Amino acid sequence: MTEVGFEGALAPGKLSQAAPPRRSSGRPVWEEPPTTAGQFGKGTVLVVVMALVLVPLYCIVVTSLSTQGAINQAGGLVLVPHGLTLDAYREVFGNGTVTRSLEVTFGITLVGTLISMVVSVLCAYGLSRFRSFGHRTILMVLIITMFVSGGLIPTFIVVTELGGYDQYWALILPNAVSVFNILVLRSFFSSTSTDLIDAARLDGAGEWRILWSVVLPTSRAVTAVIALFYAVGYWNTFFGAMLYMPTDQQKWPIQYVLYQYVNLGMTMPGVANSGYGGIHQQAAPLSLSMAVVVLTLLPILIVYPFVQKHFAKGMLTGAIKG
Amino acid sequence: MAAITTGGAGPERADALAVAPDAPDARAAAGSPREGGSGARQRRRITRRARLRRDKTLLLMTIPALALVVVFNYLPMFGVITAFEFYDPLVGVMHSQFIGLDNFRQLFGDPLFWTAVENTLAISAVQLALYFPIPIMLALLLNTVVSNKIRAFVSAVIYLPHFFSWVLVISVFLQMLGGAGLLNAFLIHHHVTPWNVMTDPSTFKLLVTSQAVWKEAGWGVIVFLAALAAIDPALYEAAAADGAGRWRRMWHITLPGMRGVIVLMLVLRLGNALTVGFEQMLIQRDAVGHEAADVLDTFAFYYGIGTSNYSYGAAAGLFKSVISLLLIYGANRLAHAFGEDGLYRK
Repeated sequence: MTEVGFEGALAPGKLSQAAPPRRSSGRPVWEEPPTTAGQFGKGTVLVVVMALVLVPLYCIVVTSLSTQGAINQAGGLVLVPHGLTLDAYREVFGNGTVTRSLEVTFGITLVGTLISMVVSVLCAYGLSRFRSFGHRTILMVLIITMFVSGGLIPTFIVVTELGGYDQYWALILPNAVSVFNILVLRSFFSSTSTDLIDAARLDGAGEWRILWSVVLPTSRAVTAVIALFYAVGYWNTFFGAMLYMPTDQQKWPIQYVLYQYVNLGMTMPGVANSGYGGIHQQAAPLSLSMAVVVLTLLPILIVYPFVQKHFAKGMLTGAIKG
Repeated sequence: MAAITTGGAGPERADALAVAPDAPDARAAAGSPREGGSGARQRRRITRRARLRRDKTLLLMTIPALALVVVFNYLPMFGVITAFEFYDPLVGVMHSQFIGLDNFRQLFGDPLFWTAVENTLAISAVQLALYFPIPIMLALLLNTVVSNKIRAFVSAVIYLPHFFSWVLVISVFLQMLGGAGLLNAFLIHHHVTPWNVMTDPSTFKLLVTSQAVWKEAGWGVIVFLAALAAIDPALYEAAAADGAGRWRRMWHITLPGMRGVIVLMLVLRLGNALTVGFEQMLIQRDAVGHEAADVLDTFAFYYGIGTSNYSYGAAAGLFKSVISLLLIYGANRLAHAFGEDGLYRK
C-alpha cells in the first residue's frame, strides 16, 4: 500500500488512481462498512495474540521484582504486584558469574557486530555494481553456502584444529558472515542512485570514499536493521559456548548462564551461602532466576523500538523488490 | 553450520533468494559480448583486463567475507571426509585412518538413529500442519486493520519474540507450563491433578510446535504482508464494483495474489524438513528424555561430540545434508509443476 502511495506522490497525474479516496476512517469508499461482530472478533483475536506475547513477559518482570513473601503467596509466578523490591537484582549483580557473563556477552556483541558489519558492508558494496568484474562468481560462491554445509561436526573440527577451543573468536568468526544479510545490503546498495555515484566520482572520490560518503548515508535504515540482526545474533550466542567452552565458567555468555540456572536448575553460587552475611533479606531463588531472564531480555527490549520502525519499512521494501 | 540454523531463517532467506535470480537477466539485457568471432573475443579480453583493473578495489572489498566463508563454510565441506574415517583429533583430518562406509553401516543399524529420523520427520509434519498456516492467517487479519497506528503496534509486538534466544523462550515456557509454573499453580489451586507439560514426552511435539509458533509466527507475517501490499488495490475496487463481497474478494484476489509467496515458503519448509529447532531440542532434551527430543542435529551432536566419536556424528550430519539437498530439489520440482518459480527458475 505504502509503495503505491509513494509512486502516486511522485507522479501527480496518477494520484487519483493510486490513492483512492478514503473516508475519514481511512477506509476506501467502495469497501462495505465493517460489521460490529466482525470488528469485535478481529479486536478479540488481536488482543489475545498480543496478550500471549506480553503477559508472560509481564509476569516474569513482576516476579523478578517480588519479595519471597509475595512469591510464596502466589504459589509461583506473581501476577498482581505487591511488596516490590530490587533485592533480586542486588543479589544477581553481587554474583560474580552473572556480572562476568554480562561483560563477556557485551564484549562479544560489540566486537562481533563490528566485525560482521565491516565485512558484510564491504562485501555487499563490492558486489553491488552491475557488470563489475567477477561479481557473479563471488555471489555464487556465497549463495552456495546457504544450501550446502559441511555440518556441525566438520565445522567443529575445523574450528578446534585452528585452535578455537576456549577462545572467544570461536563464538564470533564462524558465524560472522551471514550471506542473507549481505544479499539484503547488496540489493539496497545497488539501488543507490547512479547519478549520485557518478557525481562523486567526477569529484575525484574513489570506491572507499563513495561507499562511506554516498552509499552508506543513503542506506542508513537498512544498515541499522542488519546491525540489529547481527547484534541480536551475538547477544543470543548459546550453542557456541556449549560447543567450544563448556567448562570455563569465566567465559560463559549470559544465555549459557541462563540455561544453567533456569533450565538445568543449577544453584547460583553465592546464594546458598549468601555473600551478604545476613544483612539483606535473602532474595527468593525464583525471583533471582527471573532477574537473570530479565537481564537477558532487557538489552533487546531497549534497542528494539529504535530499530523496529526501520526494519518494518526496510524489510518490507526489500521483500517487495524480491 | 548453516544447516543447523533454526526454521526462523526461512522467511528471511526466501526474499533474498527471490532477489538473486534476476541478476542474470539484468546482465543479459545489458548485453554481454558473448556473440561474434575472433575480433569480438579480442575486444572482450581487453575489456576483461580493463574491467579487472577498474574493479580491483571492489574485488578487494569482498576478500574478508570470502576468506571467512572459505574457512568456516568451505573447509568444513571438505571436512565431511571425516565421515569416512576413524577421526582422531590428535592426528588430524589428513592423517586419520580411512574406513570407508563403516560409519554409515553402523549408523543405519543404530535404532537411536532411526528414532532421531522419525522424531525429525514427525515434528516437521506437525509444524507443517499447525504452524505453517498461522502467519498467513495473521497477515490476512493484520491487513484488514485500517488504522496504521494499531497495525504498527500489533506488528511490533508480534515480531518481538523472534529476537529472543531459544534459552529465553524455553525459560518463559518453563515458567508458564512447567512443574512450578503458572498453569500448575492454577491447577493445584483448583485441586486438579498438576500436569508438567515441559517433561511430558507424549505431548512434546505439540509443545515444540507451540514454542516455534510463539517465537517465529509473528515474524513470518512480514513476508506475507509484503505480498499483500504488492496486490494492486484497483483489483479490489473493481471487484467491489462488480458486487464481490469481502470474502469473495479474499478468495479471488487476495489468495491468488499470495500464491507465489505461499508456494515459496512451502518449498523452503519442505526443503528444511530435516531441520527442526536444533537449540530448542538441545535445551529440552534433559527434561523430556532423548527418546522424544532427539532429532538428526542433536543426534550428530550427542553421539558425535558428546561421546568424542566425531566420525559417527559427521556421518549422521552428512546423511542429513544429502537428504536435505534432495528435498530442496524435489520441492522445487513440485513448485515448478504448479507453475510457480519456487527457489530458482526452471
